[in-house]
Amino acid sequence: MYVAVKGGEAAIRNAHRLLADRRRGDRSVPALTLEQITGQLALAVDRVMAEGSLYDAGLAALAIKQARGDMIEAIFLLRAYRTTLPRFGYSRPVETGEMLIERRISATYKDLPGGQLLGPTFDYTHRLLDPDLAGDEQPQKPETREPEEGPLQRVSDILAHEGLIEEDGVLSHGGEPADITRTPPDFPLGRDARLQALSRGDEGFLLALGYSTQRGYARSHPFAGEIRIGEVEVELDVPELDFPVPLGRIRVTECQMVNQFKGSMMAPPQFTRGYGLVFGQSERKAMAVALCDRALRASELGEDITAPAQDEEFVISHSDNVQATGFVEHLKLPHYVDFQAELGLVRQMRAEFEERDRASDHKEAAE
Amino acid sequence: MTADNTEAMSRREAMAVLASAPADVLARLWRESGLGNDASVIRGPETGLVALRGRIGGGGSPFNFGEATVTRASVKLPTGEVGHAYALGREREKARISATIDALRQRSGLAARIDAEILLPLRDRMRAADDSRRAETAATRVEFFTMTRGED
Repeated sequence: MYVAVKGGEAAIRNAHRLLADRRRGDRSVPALTLEQITGQLALAVDRVMAEGSLYDAGLAALAIKQARGDMIEAIFLLRAYRTTLPRFGYSRPVETGEMLIERRISATYKDLPGGQLLGPTFDYTHRLLDPDLAGDEQPQKPETREPEEGPLQRVSDILAHEGLIEEDGVLSHGGEPADITRTPPDFPLGRDARLQALSRGDEGFLLALGYSTQRGYARSHPFAGEIRIGEVEVELDVPELDFPVPLGRIRVTECQMVNQFKGSMMAPPQFTRGYGLVFGQSERKAMAVALCDRALRASELGEDITAPAQDEEFVISHSDNVQATGFVEHLKLPHYVDFQAELGLVRQMRAEFEERDRASDHKEAAE
Repeated sequence: MTADNTEAMSRREAMAVLASAPADVLARLWRESGLGNDASVIRGPETGLVALRGRIGGGGSPFNFGEATVTRASVKLPTGEVGHAYALGREREKARISATIDALRQRSGLAARIDAEILLPLRDRMRAADDSRRAETAATRVEFFTMTRGED
């Protein structure tokens, strides 16, 4: 039963005013600018764009500031904002093979063409806190070197000619790609719908599931075939022009996971692949997506479904942190009437229990 | 990479340069060019979303992996030319200027001047930024050394 109750307006108003004050912090300290957030907390901005599923660094920075650094709250703000905008269309698929590369590594080939390009990585740092960063010390300018010309070959193409590795995933339905923002997911999903959900999925949740596959829950023998980070061109077909319109570039992280596969009734022994494509510089997330993508292909490849990471409905239904936080946090909303009803029920059950107890004591005493 | 400054830019290439241009730099070059601003806006500038697509495995079937903000505008000159602009982000004034430039470039004789005063400087700037990014990345390339093994 729902009962309308009034009250709390003044408390809510004052709570939000208090929030604004606490968000500002010490007023003698300069306020953060959005340029500072996009420039110096760039990976936080990337995460909010990726899980907010909206590429706009300025809006993501604003969301982080408004949310006081609460990432899921910021992601929620970005998701809410996107619902206010009209959709102009679907881009042409971005060509990650023609990326302006900022980082590219492979754990499967040491001497791959174009080389291992570390880029701006945390890898090989000693994870010791740096007291110098507490101040405003200017770092050295980056070293430069003459780059090689031309696009870098994909690692998956190196193995492809031997037929020992799967080709890029081609869907049998061949129609328009699924869009879970327009049509709610209907299980079982195609790999396109799963990858869309995984791209916006919660990094922590997908990281844990990916980790579970490494620990033996749906073991898939993964190698990081290739990780590349950089900018790709976006193009859009529009009715008023007879060529695809260039919109500019976005930064993405792509992970090609390569998995040893013993073969099944449905596929011969070979290397299979998991794929991840994520906004921004989001390497851990792209790897987790690729691990989950591969685990979720179990039925396609004729594998037994034995572990949570292979259970499509479980993974996809719980990967979205905006949905998850909405349902968990709604428990804070007033449930006074529900609770009163349950309180009455528990009182009644307790009375009946005690009545039965007394009755059986009485019976034992009589025997 | 040397800029081939003599060759005329295609309409698509010009739109690519405008889409990638920083709004403030474009606004400054536009102002400095002193080109007429008699275009009337027939659409926008308006901000919306474009759903972004990738390919499974990098080269397979397309899938949607997120959305981006895009701002567009269309303008018409008194002489009839219609110009369009689309760019990632929410820069309305940039879209209006870009659409006007797109329209003006269709007038005979104006394209060369616009390219020289606005588009080529923007393209050179972008290429220089890309070149330095490539060079910075190249400096992080790993050089492996093979250690000699055995004792002789």
